[in-house]
Amino acid sequence: MNFIMAWRNIWRHPRRSILTIAAIVFATMLLVFMLSWQFGAYDTMIDATVKIHTGHIQIQAQGYQDQRDMRKVVPDPNEIERILTSLRGVKSYTFRAEDFSLVSSENRTYGVLVIGIDPQKEPSVSTLEDMIRRGRFLEAGDRRSALAGEILADNLNSPVGGDLVLLGQGRDGSIAATVLTIKGIFNTGQDEFDRTMIHIPLEYFQELYNMRGAVHMAVVLCDSLTAVPAVKERIAGALSGIDSSLAVLDWKELNPGLVQAIQMDLVSGFIFYLILIIVVAFSIMNTFLMAVFERTREFGVMMSMGMGPGRLMGLLLMESLGITLIGVVIGTIAGAAVTWYFQIHGMVIPGAEEVARQFGLPERMFPQLSFLSIAVGAGIVLILTVLSALYPAFKVKGLKPVEALSAV
Amino acid sequence: MTIVECRNVKKIYRQGEVSVTALDGVDLSIVKGDFMALAGPSGSGKTTLLNMIGGLDSPDGGSILLNGQALEKMKPSQLADMRLHQVGFVFQSYNLIPVLSAVENVEFVMLLQGMPLQERRRKALAILDDVGLAGKYGRRPAELSGGQQQRVAVARAIVGAPAIVLADEPTANLDSASGKDLLKLMQEMNESKKVTFIFSTHDKMVMEYARRLTLIRDGRIVEDRRK
Ligand SMILES: Nc1ncnc2c1ncn2[C@@H]1O[C@H](COP(=O)(O)OP(=O)(O)O)[C@@H](O)[C@H]1O
Ligand SMILES: [Mg+2]
Repeated sequence: MNFIMAWRNIWRHPRRSILTIAAIVFATMLLVFMLSWQFGAYDTMIDATVKIHTGHIQIQAQGYQDQRDMRKVVPDPNEIERILTSLRGVKSYTFRAEDFSLVSSENRTYGVLVIGIDPQKEPSVSTLEDMIRRGRFLEAGDRRSALAGEILADNLNSPVGGDLVLLGQGRDGSIAATVLTIKGIFNTGQDEFDRTMIHIPLEYFQELYNMRGAVHMAVVLCDSLTAVPAVKERIAGALSGIDSSLAVLDWKELNPGLVQAIQMDLVSGFIFYLILIIVVAFSIMNTFLMAVFERTREFGVMMSMGMGPGRLMGLLLMESLGITLIGVVIGTIAGAAVTWYFQIHGMVIPGAEEVARQFGLPERMFPQLSFLSIAVGAGIVLILTVLSALYPAFKVKGLKPVEALSAV
Repeated sequence: MTIVECRNVKKIYRQGEVSVTALDGVDLSIVKGDFMALAGPSGSGKTTLLNMIGGLDSPDGGSILLNGQALEKMKPSQLADMRLHQVGFVFQSYNLIPVLSAVENVEFVMLLQGMPLQERRRKALAILDDVGLAGKYGRRPAELSGGQQQRVAVARAIVGAPAIVLADEPTANLDSASGKDLLKLMQEMNESKKVTFIFSTHDKMVMEYARRLTLIRDGRIVEDRRK
């Protein structure tokens, strides 16, 4: 009967209840959608960054990440290869070596990052091959060949087939000098990369820079983002017995800027949600306060019948919980439906192209519906609404029977 | 058997500088089976006294015993429990819970008392028959006339088998025919079910129905006689 009473009381002022429910529905929908959107964007950002360049995990010499000293090497890639080929959760891997050098065309010189890549393994880890806009990717057997970023190639005024003079310093301090032919020009969408990088075959790099078989990093792609921590641990475990001078870094450590960007976005999102929820919570509290005030005499009658304050409070909380639950359930379903639609069809945010480019993101973005985004969205609204209903209910608890009865 | 014993009960309302003595040393004892009118002009302290006896308010002086228990010593939760089992109230108007039907309003008391569903439904229907509302069980208060609403209120007040029913000007909002009907009903319940009633009034006609007439003026009992 308490339940029946609560239910009927909810519909006593249908318009008011519907407005309140609508506010809750709206807040829940928005939260579910926005959270899914954010999580989806993060996944896309991480995925793009990881696949363009860093991979999920890298094995490097201790300290190489902070100080790119060409003498800090992974001395024996074969040993690493033996570990990685049989490791569960590893999807693919490759080796790279890097050094800063000068490249010149006929009349221009730029400082660039020269990266030695394995033409066969690299495509399994990064999207570099797909980003070749002109010419071709490197092939096995290529020697004095290079891939250049589009901006760099423009700056150097060198088309595919053009020659570049490279001047650098080898691992042992000797001079590394050669002439390279541009075989392909890539565009990653990230200007920073396209302006400052050239890729050459790893074997040739090792020869040119006197690497004596060493590389600078093993780049690992895992089966999924969620598998990364476990794989990282497994690699570290396998390495610990072999070579203590090596470090295992995950994508967060490899891309501190990206992690920071995500954190900042989460915080600003959180502030926005908080404001939204506070507005909704106040409107709900207002509704409940109104409902309580206009029913004071009725509460007086109930108290005269011997209904204790605790029970009265229970009734009121049941009413507010009822309204909240209706709103949250509808809001969650509607929010999930809307999110689902955009998850399938994607969505172009006007004006966000610039940001998208900066992170190498596609223009059409997809929200990612997940248990987390639904549970967090619905949970926040549920908790805050119930909390905002507590205040009016507690006011009733302090009501004296005679005062309540004399209310009109 | 004495059900209510008031000894030198005082109540003073203070509103800033002004203080109003609503009850000025009331001595009163009510015995089982009384059918008593508490009569007096408006502002004489009738509502205040009934609220004290029913444990809705507490006196500033003196003592009230209900079934031998001193109300002024009870905590609010104990008072609520005491009202639930020992007291039935009928007010002048708006007695009923608007979202509940007649039968549900009557049942509600028994629900609070913890009676099982079957039993309370049966009792509620029976008592509604007794007060002449057979066939109107499912009506909401808004669908009942003023007289019918007061009948439901009486049914609700007596259904929990309280020691006493306190009715504060129960007929004041009714036309005289409905008022008489309600008084007859209360009289009948008093006789057949031995329910003890106190009802306040300032209406001569209503006083005539009482078997005991207690007059109150300026917070004092000035006359108390049985017919
Ligand atoms: N809550 C209150 N605050 C101040 N004065 C009150 C209050 N309730 C009643 N009074 C005063 O106490 C006196 C008795 O009131 P009441 O018991 O309501 O009389 P009655 O029911 O006989 O009309 C009146 O003078 C009234 O103004
Ligand atoms: Mg009065």
